[in-house]
Amino acid sequence: MPPPDRPSLWQLIAGAGLPEPRFIADSEQRIHWLDVARATTLNAPLDSFLGKCVLLRTAHQLPTILAAVELDGIASRLILCPPDFPAAHLPAIIADAAVDFLVHDETIPTTDNTTTTARCGLPLTPITHRPAPTQNTEWILFTSGTTGRPKMVIHTLPGLTGPLDDGLAVTKDAVWSTFYDIRRYGGLQILLRACLGGGSMVLSDTRESLAAFLTRAGAAGVTHISGTPSHWRRALMSDANAMSPAYVRLSGEVADQAILNNLKQAYPHAAVAHAFASTEAGVAFDVRDGMAGFPAAYIDDPNAKIAMRVQDGSLRIRSSRTALRYIGEHTAPVMDSEGYVDTGDLVERRDGRYYFVGRREGIINVGGQKVHPEEVEAVVNLHPAVLMSRVRGRPSPITGAIVAADIVLNQASVASNVQHEILETCRTHLPAFKVPALLTIVEKLDVGAAGKLLRRA
Amino acid sequence: MPNDAPSAATGSIRAAILEQFEQVAKQQRKTLKPLTDDLPLLDSGLDSLCIAVIVAVLDDQLGVDPFSGDMDAPFPKTIGQFISIYENAAA
Repeated sequence: MPPPDRPSLWQLIAGAGLPEPRFIADSEQRIHWLDVARATTLNAPLDSFLGKCVLLRTAHQLPTILAAVELDGIASRLILCPPDFPAAHLPAIIADAAVDFLVHDETIPTTDNTTTTARCGLPLTPITHRPAPTQNTEWILFTSGTTGRPKMVIHTLPGLTGPLDDGLAVTKDAVWSTFYDIRRYGGLQILLRACLGGGSMVLSDTRESLAAFLTRAGAAGVTHISGTPSHWRRALMSDANAMSPAYVRLSGEVADQAILNNLKQAYPHAAVAHAFASTEAGVAFDVRDGMAGFPAAYIDDPNAKIAMRVQDGSLRIRSSRTALRYIGEHTAPVMDSEGYVDTGDLVERRDGRYYFVGRREGIINVGGQKVHPEEVEAVVNLHPAVLMSRVRGRPSPITGAIVAADIVLNQASVASNVQHEILETCRTHLPAFKVPALLTIVEKLDVGAAGKLLRRA
Repeated sequence: MPNDAPSAATGSIRAAILEQFEQVAKQQRKTLKPLTDDLPLLDSGLDSLCIAVIVAVLDDQLGVDPFSGDMDAPFPKTIGQFISIYENAAA
């Protein structure tokens, strides 16, 4: 095993300094990094994780974070399971990624009896010895918006922390926060900024309401906070918003001019920036001029550290921050032969700027959660009265998009109660954000020459 | 025409909006609180997705979507503010 050629996450945190005020908090706990220095969250000796592939699956974020901080440099791989990860996919994931250790917090039942398990949680247990890092641990994240089994992508810590060198001036007493779960790319970015920049971190928490989170963030003195445009629209509808951040960041969805203007008005002292990032492509850029879209000069700039181009209408990105590859058999390469990742996001040039206009495959982005039309159509088509259906995104000023379905009924059907029944079927089989919000009965849907449904009306 | 009497048009906008709150809550299996003008939107029992659906249905029914278009419209915080944004947009 070659020695690691990079510092471990813990070394980076400690290198940024461990003064008493540095903390990481959720709705129930506030942990000081200083307390983590001589303690462990794991109930197995750290040495037992040496060179192992570790899957972290906890109900809340804090135990996963503490375990990951300890295990980077020790484990060969760290797999961060998002909170809503379906248990049914666990055995396949464990096989594909060759998981040796399943680390849990006893709140989510494990379905697999073949893998060694360990527990992580609080309170911390004192330790006298922390093994030196021995490897360049791979960080594995799940992509959002795939049908069926979620895909795992491999990142490196230097790749994940690459965007931190973006000139965003941050003082050591910065308090970061995000509406995202940190087991998603967008959330992990913010956590790493807090860890490496010497700041603190306030985590969102599913155990509290949005109003309670905003109140807690305000009380903790949050200075830098990120979320999707949908997160922010919801925050702006709340009266509990007592934060006065210096920096407000949007990512994960298209930021329109309305949300940018509203945020500027709500936080007049904050710099409002919107970033483009994806789990596969990493962070490509952020836009700080308060305008939707991004300057056309970003594309084909030969001097840029992050190379970007537009090909077949979609944005392509090449940088040291992209994922290395997917895990598992029969997976496509993450990047093309020249190293560019196709984001699948279609852009259009107007007056010296590029604007995002949708997804190539028609994926619908509902508040940052991605929906494949085909997946919803398959459920709609289960109803015997449905001849065919087309599911599409309809723009929404609240969640970016909502799911709409156009349905052709077979002739024998009477329309009266069918709509209600179809929606009931959808609610049984799909999470709420995938259920068509609008259902229209139409006479016909156009089918193209290749026999495929024409998706662009 | 006295100022305090709502016109027929704004009265029907209010009714259409309140009906959609009831409908969407029922569809999305949410428990709706009694709808008063000062009830905070986020305490109404509806989440962002529900509000997005209401805005889309009202766009179809009334031909108005005050949140797209006018870029400086603030986001409403109460049911009353939500209704008046529609009434002002239709006026």
